[in-house]
This record gives sequence, C-alpha cells and structure tokens, in this order.
Amino acid sequence: MSTQATSAPPENVPRIRSERLSLDEVVNAVRHPSAGAIATFEGTVRNENEGRAVTLLEYEAYGPMAELEVTKILNELHAEMPGVRIAALHRIGSLSVGDAAVICAASAPHRTEAFVACRALIDRIKARLPIWKREHGPDGPYWVGWEDARCSPDEPHDHKAHTHESGSHSHEPGSHSHRDRGHHHK
Amino acid sequence: MLHAAPIQATVDPVAQSVRLLAFAGARDVLGAAEIDLALADACTASQLLDRVCSAHPGLAPYRRAIRLAVNGSYVAWEDRVSPGDEVALIPPVAGG
Repeated sequence: MSTQATSAPPENVPRIRSERLSLDEVVNAVRHPSAGAIATFEGTVRNENEGRAVTLLEYEAYGPMAELEVTKILNELHAEMPGVRIAALHRIGSLSVGDAAVICAASAPHRTEAFVACRALIDRIKARLPIWKREHGPDGPYWVGWEDARCSPDEPHDHKAHTHESGSHSHEPGSHSHRDRGHHHK
Repeated sequence: MLHAAPIQATVDPVAQSVRLLAFAGARDVLGAAEIDLALADACTASQLLDRVCSAHPGLAPYRRAIRLAVNGSYVAWEDRVSPGDEVALIPPVAGG
C-alpha cells in the first residue's frame, strides 16, 4: 500500500456537508511525521460581491457528482505531487458572513510544495466542483455567475471565462473570491 | 440544497428517455429540478443540449455557459448520451 493511500479519508466520509467545517479535521488528515509544512486555505463568506451587499450565501451542490469530482481532484494531485498529502471539505446550505465555505490543507516535506499543492487544490475545486451559490442581500437573490453568462443565442460571444478548466485563477468574473487565511506550521 | 438521489450508473435497455437534472439558475429557468426528456436513440451531448434548448427556449441565451455531465462526469460535446442516462445541466460553477 502506498503512503498516499493511508492519508486519504475513509470513502464513506462525505466531503460535501451541511455541517460547519473544521480546520482541525483537514489539518489532522494531512499531518504526518515526514511533513515539515502544512499549508491551509479557508474560503469564507464575504459581506459584499461586485458592489452588492451580501448577508447570506445559499450553497447548492449536485452532491454525488461533487463527491466524485473532489475525489478525482485529490487523486490527480496525489499522482502529480508524490509525497504531498491533501484534504478538502466543502459546505452547502445557508452560510452567514464569516462562515467557512471551503477548507483545504496540504502537507509536504517543505513549504514550497505544500503551498503549491494547496493552491492547486482550491483552484481545481473552484473550477470544477458542481456547486453554486445564491447571494442574498438588499438587491435580492442572485445566482453568482448566472446572469453574466446570458447572451443572445446568435451573438458570437466567447464564454471562455465561464468554462471550468483547472488552473483558472480565482478572480474571474462571477467568482466570489475569499480572504486567504494561510497557516503555516513548521 | 443537496441533490441526494444516487447517480444512475447502469443503462436501462428499454429506456426511451433521459433523466435531466437542472441546478441553480438553470433550474429556475426550467421551472423544475428534474424532468424526463424523451430520447429514443443515442445522440451527442451537443445535440442533447440543442434539444433541451428547443424544448425550453428560456435556456437558449445561457446555452454557451452550460456544461453537461452524464452519469456524474463532465462530458465533451461530441460524447454520446444514451437513453437511460442521467444528464445534468451544469451552469457556471461557483463553489468556494
């Protein structure tokens, strides 16, 4: 059995959850005697998006596919970065300002690989997981990214910005970027 | 909201339709989270989305932003969709 396999959470533990997320859970999942660095990312609900005040975000998932997709992402990164351990959780349901929507952790022998793996993990999660959010606030409910996607059917409009390729950075139009809270354990 | 139904992995040999799931903004436009879409013979993912947009013209302006997943995995437009498959309309994702 490879050392990576032991770091993967049990298959029956859902990674897409309606319960509050625990940073300790992902950090403990990647903690290992051979790891000298643990990088984490926590995406939190912000009080505004593109000028609109936000009081609540309602997250929805295509649950079974989101679980499959996050498993694929973890497997890809394990294959691409041997020696790195990674873990991630995503929350769904109604979240208030300040709540954690997504939590990622990556451990590696040294900090460079840990930061790279953690960044790749959150970028792929944001680009590929079938999860959506509806903003609530004074301007009414609004599905993030949906109305931006509307165009006349005969208008040749490049929607490359709305495709879901890995590696797309997290500030593309329609995305809801979050305060980065990096923790570095050495 | 979590869509909890299991992904249908096996193809029903007598199926004459696909189970079409719609999420977020696509569900609001469609007016339903799930519909049965008649499909007698296999077609490509692109042809299936054309068919959905013809039957539900409100979705047409969003066509270029929607991706398709078949039985829980993203597909390329030339990939095949068969009767009995579970097909999901995937609007621009916004996790995180």
